Amino acid sequence: MINWKALWPLPLAAAAGLCQAQDVNLARNLAATCANCHGTAGIAKGEMKSLAGRKEEETLRLLADFKSGAQPATIMHQIVKGYTDEQLRLIAKHFAALPAKN
Amino acid sequence: MQAKQINQRRQLLLGGLALTGLSLSGCASMGGGPSIGRVVVVGGGFGGATAARYLKLWGGNVDVTLIERQSAFVSCPISNLVLGGHKQMADITRGYDGLKALGVKLLQGEVAAIDAAAKSVRLADGSSIAYDRLILSPGIDFMLDGIGGLKAALDTGQVMHAWKAGPQTLALRKQLEAMPDGGVFAMSIPKAPYRCPPGPYERACMVASYLKQHKPRSKVLVLDANPEITSKKGLFERAFKQHYDGLLEYRANAELKEVANGGKLAKLEFEDVKADVLNVIPPQRAADLALKAGVINVNQRWSGVNWLTMESTAVPFVHVLGDATFPGPAMPKSGHMANQHAKVAVAAIIQLLKGEAVNAAPVVMNTCYSFVTAKDVVHVASVHQYDAADKTFKATPGSGGVSAGANEIEGRYALSWADNIWTDMLG
Repeated sequence: MINWKALWPLPLAAAAGLCQAQDVNLARNLAATCANCHGTAGIAKGEMKSLAGRKEEETLRLLADFKSGAQPATIMHQIVKGYTDEQLRLIAKHFAALPAKN
Repeated sequence: MQAKQINQRRQLLLGGLALTGLSLSGCASMGGGPSIGRVVVVGGGFGGATAARYLKLWGGNVDVTLIERQSAFVSCPISNLVLGGHKQMADITRGYDGLKALGVKLLQGEVAAIDAAAKSVRLADGSSIAYDRLILSPGIDFMLDGIGGLKAALDTGQVMHAWKAGPQTLALRKQLEAMPDGGVFAMSIPKAPYRCPPGPYERACMVASYLKQHKPRSKVLVLDANPEITSKKGLFERAFKQHYDGLLEYRANAELKEVANGGKLAKLEFEDVKADVLNVIPPQRAADLALKAGVINVNQRWSGVNWLTMESTAVPFVHVLGDATFPGPAMPKSGHMANQHAKVAVAAIIQLLKGEAVNAAPVVMNTCYSFVTAKDVVHVASVHQYDAADKTFKATPGSGGVSAGANEIEGRYALSWADNIWTDMLG
């Protein structure tokens, strides 16, 4: 018989450590909603800005400025209001951890 | 037996973890190892190609087959610029090599039948392919019965729809080029819902931009079955007046009833309209492939889906993306939205194949850029959060909107949008 009590902490450790469990997927999924314009994994082409490798605080400050109107925009001031602050934080953190374009 | 016990215990663990806000649904792109399942994707457009690519990017060891009847992808977005003479077909055509390089198996062919009970797709050549999960991104087909003479006019090439980009786009462009100066280009817009709400009005602008420059005595007649412009109304009205006054005429409540005289006469309810070139965008429904699969279950036109997984509400293990779906409120039928549907489906399918709980709070968003001149563009954008109570996506109040006015900056953004989304779906 397997001693489940002894194994119990293992999945939790895996979840918190290796994979970050749903946190990783949620942030990844949310960030993927940006990819149509900002490129897969935050590497954009043409006029769009790449988001990969940007510091979390910088991205969050820019998003907050879009939301308040302090930073003029063509479209981002409208899009940013569709996400919760927590979702924006997850997105910014996710892109910060991705490798920037060489 | 032991495996079963472990599995049961795993379910219990997952249940407990879900309560703490955690689950084991991570381990994103851990590739290698044995395949976790076979996913067949039918339709290599904005929805299907994105699904195939992201199954590889996020699933790693998912066995992915993409069945597509065309040898290359031709984009509907930007195709109106080809009609206007501002872009070429090569500019809106992309190959599938990027998907092949990721390990997606490409099958060029036509699906003959789908056996949902056996979880198998049969192709026109007689071969069959089994799936654990099937993704259909079939797009739209036309409902021609309500408009007399239209089917014959389309079949004989007298009238083009050009509402699926490809040979139709080029053929309509050639009709425009052959039209004499002083001729009438008439276009018919069906009642909503149809693919790409602002598309017809962009097309009117693009055709007018060509005629204004090369055949200025001509006329663009927009015959709209809707009571008003269905998307970016104020912006298009302004563009019509500012750039095409006297050249472009817009008529609301002008539903096409019959096509006659070899495609040169559009019969409406109370009047007949003569045209040198008649472009008919017919009423639409989920494509024939959705019919074959038995997933059309809303208004005999569209496919109902579970928005957490994009799984059909009619046929289990079959997921439907894009224009074929019966949409959530204010959700447009667009390539951008199909791409977002694909990502929701892929995230869920990987979790379902692993026996994990799916994301309970997905988000999708949309951006549509429309050219009103060769350079000036207007947008509409929206963000849609999943509403657990009503089990659908709802636009976030206070978010989204349209351009303040047409502008060249967004003209450049629109072309970059195309480049980025084509790369996001095809690599």
